[in-house]
Amino acid sequence: MEKATVFNNRLLPYLLLLPQLVITVVFFYWPASQAIWQSFLREDAFGLVSEFVGLENYEALFAQPEYYRSMLTTVIFSTLVAALSLSIALLFATQADKNLKAAGAYKTLMIWPYAVAPAVAGVLWFFMFQPSLGMLARPLRGMGLDWNPLLNSTHAMILVVMASVWKQISYNFLFFLAGLQSIPRSVIEAGAIDGAGPMRRFWTIIFPLLSPTTFFLLVVNVVYVFFDTFGIIDAVTGGGPAGSTTTMVYKVYADGRLGGDLGGSAAQSVVLMVIVIALTAIQFRYVERKVQY
Amino acid sequence: MTLRQFSAAAAVAATMAFGASPAHAVVEIQWWHAMTGGNNDIVNKLAEEFNASQSDYKVVPSYKGSYPDTMNAGIAAFRAGNAPHIMQVFEVGTATMMSATGAIKPVYQLMKDAGEPFDPKAYLPTITGYYSTSKGDMLSFPFNSSSMVMWINKDELKKAGVAQIPKTWPEVFDAAKKLKAAGHETCGFSNAWASWAHIEQFSAWHNLPIGTKANGLDGFDTELKFNSPVHVKHLQNLVDLQKDKTYDYGGRTSTNEARFGSGECAIFLTSSGYYATAKGTAKFDFTSAPMPYYPDVAGAPQNSIIGGASLWVMGGKKPEEYKGVAKFFTFLSDTGRQAKLHQESGYLPITKAAYEKSIKDGFYEKNPTLQTPLKELTNKEPTENSRGLRFGNMVQMRDLWSEEIEAALAGKKSAKEALDSAVSRGNAMLRAFEKTAK
Repeated sequence: MEKATVFNNRLLPYLLLLPQLVITVVFFYWPASQAIWQSFLREDAFGLVSEFVGLENYEALFAQPEYYRSMLTTVIFSTLVAALSLSIALLFATQADKNLKAAGAYKTLMIWPYAVAPAVAGVLWFFMFQPSLGMLARPLRGMGLDWNPLLNSTHAMILVVMASVWKQISYNFLFFLAGLQSIPRSVIEAGAIDGAGPMRRFWTIIFPLLSPTTFFLLVVNVVYVFFDTFGIIDAVTGGGPAGSTTTMVYKVYADGRLGGDLGGSAAQSVVLMVIVIALTAIQFRYVERKVQY
Repeated sequence: MTLRQFSAAAAVAATMAFGASPAHAVVEIQWWHAMTGGNNDIVNKLAEEFNASQSDYKVVPSYKGSYPDTMNAGIAAFRAGNAPHIMQVFEVGTATMMSATGAIKPVYQLMKDAGEPFDPKAYLPTITGYYSTSKGDMLSFPFNSSSMVMWINKDELKKAGVAQIPKTWPEVFDAAKKLKAAGHETCGFSNAWASWAHIEQFSAWHNLPIGTKANGLDGFDTELKFNSPVHVKHLQNLVDLQKDKTYDYGGRTSTNEARFGSGECAIFLTSSGYYATAKGTAKFDFTSAPMPYYPDVAGAPQNSIIGGASLWVMGGKKPEEYKGVAKFFTFLSDTGRQAKLHQESGYLPITKAAYEKSIKDGFYEKNPTLQTPLKELTNKEPTENSRGLRFGNMVQMRDLWSEEIEAALAGKKSAKEALDSAVSRGNAMLRAFEKTAK
């Protein structure tokens, strides 16, 4: 039987909703509308001259070959980061879910990287793989690999992907672990009695039952790679070499903050916003059908 | 109500309550800067000394993060209506600042309004030229200036059998090959600040234009010119040497300076401001030498240009506050103080008198490395190509130029294609800036 709460006062429900609504409007809709408005303006950095230019910022944006390249970079970068951070975290979570001696310590350690700020994580990885001084770059060079993220775009991409994945694994791990622990043992045990091996149990029982978590994480991870990774990129490669790690969000940052081109930067963030909204919509429309709640 | 407003209000209330004549109010001057470590101490010490030297004004320095951070903080504060009085801005932010008419108060005008004695000729022209209009009116006050020099690991050069410190680029290439043969397999020579070294300083040192209109000093309708045959030849040389690491690219900023201190790269071009770090980390005999040049380029070497930062005075403040700022600048220009600042920090002295005093003191006999950048800057009377440069969006422009240098070094483009593309993309950026800077 469902419990329906009846409000006698008409205003009360709105009043109760108010804090959430205020937060959403002030922190989400207001800045988003500001960005849209800004994208139609041309301003100097100080805001002394402001001129309405219509779609000029968008035209300039789509006339840049670099912008299309940053889109391609974003696709490669986000696919790699989302796929790797999800699969590695799932692997770790299934291992941590077993009956281990130091499971508590192990789990705590796994969560630590999440507390590290993206830029700090970036600096950390930058130093470990700095070609001539990095403690991990030297053995690589010793093995005869010409490790050089300063000029080799593949190496630079590997580096930013590693740093971004490392940062996100903890978060995914936490949710996967919680998801795994909520799967009733009896279902898995029944599978075992019926003669299903560990791999079969995982793919036919655990993985489908975990799908709500996986779906949620997929959405969160896509948003993460699209918006939150510029700190890492800034610290590790600065978008280089030759623009090969300049993702769309890093370009927003570089053009707006380093270049002082607020209109162009706002236009880019509007484009980015549209893409992420579309991606999320697609995920909910198509991927969610496969989710079993 | 901020604490400051509150205390001001409290002071007024107290005065009224006691019916006394208005108390002697100290005018506060906010100074935002980006100096860390030892340089931060110098900033604080300067403010303390100034505050102790008189009782009318109080300079309050606050650290606001990196150079871009400080500039952005200042711009944001200006937009919110509470900019600091003095803001330290790095040299590449100059065009952005000077185009913001109304947001800034030019220094020459500040000094005139405040009636402070001020002779622009007392300052070293290669330093103030960077921060002055084409008419010679000083817009901002140079604070920490440096130039680019070639750092030399004397021990390693000796081991590799290089008897003389190389003076020209061909000599550097030869020395680098010898160094590589002598065990420096990963780095014959390198540099920090890719575009500063190979485009900006390279052009000035060879008396070649970076752009038209005296490198943008004479107007924002400037066009880039650094894809000349000499530029292309130089980049091509680097590309060829990169293949076997006789030259090894060192990145866009100073992050790889440690390759000199660790002994990996025995020849390294970077800022003269690297001196303090080199002194602290290098466990070998090192020195600095002027940047190399191509002897077949007529007139080379010309003179180098500066880097570093200057102090900008923000607009819309009260006259008595401006008076305080002017007094502070006079205080900073004092010969004894400038000479001391230069000798302690390694920054360049900004007045001629301070440089002469340091020579007279015999300072350079003991510290020849600190004279190298000054010799470079004063090598010849500056020309249109070597007075300085002023391009809008310069922060991002440098990234763009470095991107193209990287593309050439990685073999994705030819040297000519890379420089052509750097010029055309840069010009597009300049036109966008010109539209906003009216």
